[in-house]
Amino acid sequence: MPESTSLRGWGRTAPTSAKVLLPRSPDDVSAAIKTAGPRGVIARGLGRSYGDPAQNAGGTVLDMTGLATIHSIDAESGLVDLDAGVSLDTLMRAALPHGLWVPVLPGTRQVTIGGAIGADIHGKNHHTKGSFGNHVRSLDLITADGSVRTLTPDGPGSELFWATVGGMGLTGVVVRATVALHRTESAYFVVDTDRTADLDELMGLLTDGSDDTYGYSAAWFDTTTTGAQLGRAVLTRGSLATVDQLPAKLRSDPLKFEAPQLLSFPDVFPNGLANRHTLRAFSELWYRKAPKRQRGSVQNITAFYQVLDLFGNWNRVYGSRGFLQYQFVVPFGEEPTFRRIVEKIAASPHASGLNVLKRFGAGNRAPLSFPQPGWTITVDFPVARACTSCARSSTSWWSAQAAGSTWPRSRG
Amino acid sequence: MIDAVGNPQSILLLGGTSEIGLAVVEAFANDRPLRVVLAARPSQRLDAARTRLEARGCAVELLPFDAEALDTHADVVRKAFTGGDIDVAVVAFGLLGDNEQAWTDAPTAVRLAQVNYTAAVSVGVTLAELMRQQGHGSIVAFSSVAGERTRRSNFVYGSTKAGLDAFYTGLTEALRPHGVGVTIVRPGFVHTRMTEGKKPTPLATTPEAVAAMTVDAVRRRRELIWTPGAWRLVMSVLRHLPRAVFRRLPI
Repeated sequence: MPESTSLRGWGRTAPTSAKVLLPRSPDDVSAAIKTAGPRGVIARGLGRSYGDPAQNAGGTVLDMTGLATIHSIDAESGLVDLDAGVSLDTLMRAALPHGLWVPVLPGTRQVTIGGAIGADIHGKNHHTKGSFGNHVRSLDLITADGSVRTLTPDGPGSELFWATVGGMGLTGVVVRATVALHRTESAYFVVDTDRTADLDELMGLLTDGSDDTYGYSAAWFDTTTTGAQLGRAVLTRGSLATVDQLPAKLRSDPLKFEAPQLLSFPDVFPNGLANRHTLRAFSELWYRKAPKRQRGSVQNITAFYQVLDLFGNWNRVYGSRGFLQYQFVVPFGEEPTFRRIVEKIAASPHASGLNVLKRFGAGNRAPLSFPQPGWTITVDFPVARACTSCARSSTSWWSAQAAGSTWPRSRG
Repeated sequence: MIDAVGNPQSILLLGGTSEIGLAVVEAFANDRPLRVVLAARPSQRLDAARTRLEARGCAVELLPFDAEALDTHADVVRKAFTGGDIDVAVVAFGLLGDNEQAWTDAPTAVRLAQVNYTAAVSVGVTLAELMRQQGHGSIVAFSSVAGERTRRSNFVYGSTKAGLDAFYTGLTEALRPHGVGVTIVRPGFVHTRMTEGKKPTPLATTPEAVAAMTVDAVRRRRELIWTPGAWRLVMSVLRHLPRAVFRRLPI
């Protein structure tokens, strides 16, 4: 019996064991697929999916971080040719000196290109730039027969290309891709912040047309407050800054990438530390620390976009039982559903601290891609000891109510 | 697969008519219907259990299983896994027997040892192999506080449970690197058919109460529990009493 490794998703729930291989080349990937046992192969990147898509109990898991070469960056066309195991962090650091920006960024840069394609990730700019798959110009996929296929969005094999985008690794293993980057003058954002008294004020700001003037837009909202403060929120919206917009001291090095990691959490947090009371306190603090109304603030990527990347292993705060991330879409025009959901969370014994509301624009051609037009809502619940069954019944209630798709999907 | 909040989708009950075992299955089935494999000798009680679980929406398979037929165990356990992964396997069969008869009559004693210890080891080995292969799962073994320190009035049963407990304790460690969890449950006196007519001891409990604690333990991946929890304290005191004192206790 080969050595097995216990694997979990970022949510830390449902560990399973698998044989983990570290391929160094596409040939290694082919060989692993051809010699796999009955429980098959799945690719794993940096393990940031919340659920179990990068687990394969009793089978083989390919740690794709061994394929991590950036083959070329064309500053003219913005095309970058790179291995699937390259992280967005690495790509950003390599691309910025050329004045190139990764067009779709999730809340963390610790995501591989393969994972970004497999999950068809989105960011705060879905309404302007769509999801990651929209920017992939070609990809090399190793299918179950071990052969490499080069696929493009419109050429021969486009059907397999779009099945792979958002396909959670089930069509094969992506080993290499060409991605189109965007030009940018700086690595900073010009940000407007609005703190709203309640949910209605938030929805008003999001629907009054002002949202279209920003490239990036997302709101954190409070699920621990009720009544007049129900769903109070902090809305942050911004666009990449031009050099002219930067203060003088930043103009000398506008493409400087300021993304430090302040600290990494040790694995010492007990279960139950993230609970109703601590999350309520966190929410209060998060709300209070935001300015009531701020215009034109220049912020770097971690301040505006990837705050959680300041903290390594932040998921450990939830203890060994971990947390459930639940994301769904409420179609435009069904805003009362969103309100009912926030009311229900606030009234439940469960609490969620990291709640995000974003606007999705049009979806893409990938049949399994998550984004579709509407409001997308993300909540994180610590797995509570006392009430495992009510989490279940509530979540089914939401999906039934919103009739949207849920994310992240699990593999059956 | 046991999901993120600890609910299994399939469960194998070895000792398919065990009241505690069935209570565990029903406690899991409270949250959502499961695939259930009941392994036991065919009987009316088994059929009744099937009907009851099917009424809850469970998909129930019956598997003929005789704890005393040791050479059939591997096949029976394998068969249970052919319909799909088994998320939780519960080793719940056992005999109490009459202690006075058991320690004076070799065949009776051997039968107790075979069912409670040898058979439990036998199915444990195959369960371990299959769970290692599937890379996930949880095994629940019903031990007893009687095995923690054997007493004069119940020592043949106690010795078999001591053996079972030791085996599954070791198995817990052996399976840990493979991501398979083992939970040993040490109940005290439980009101069931097995204890019918016997005088309840203090801390006596019901199959449902044992099941609720067992389900919680599996969800939290706990490795050893006493039901009710007060037994842990009681037994750690009893375990350390000098024999001269222990034998004078009215237990």
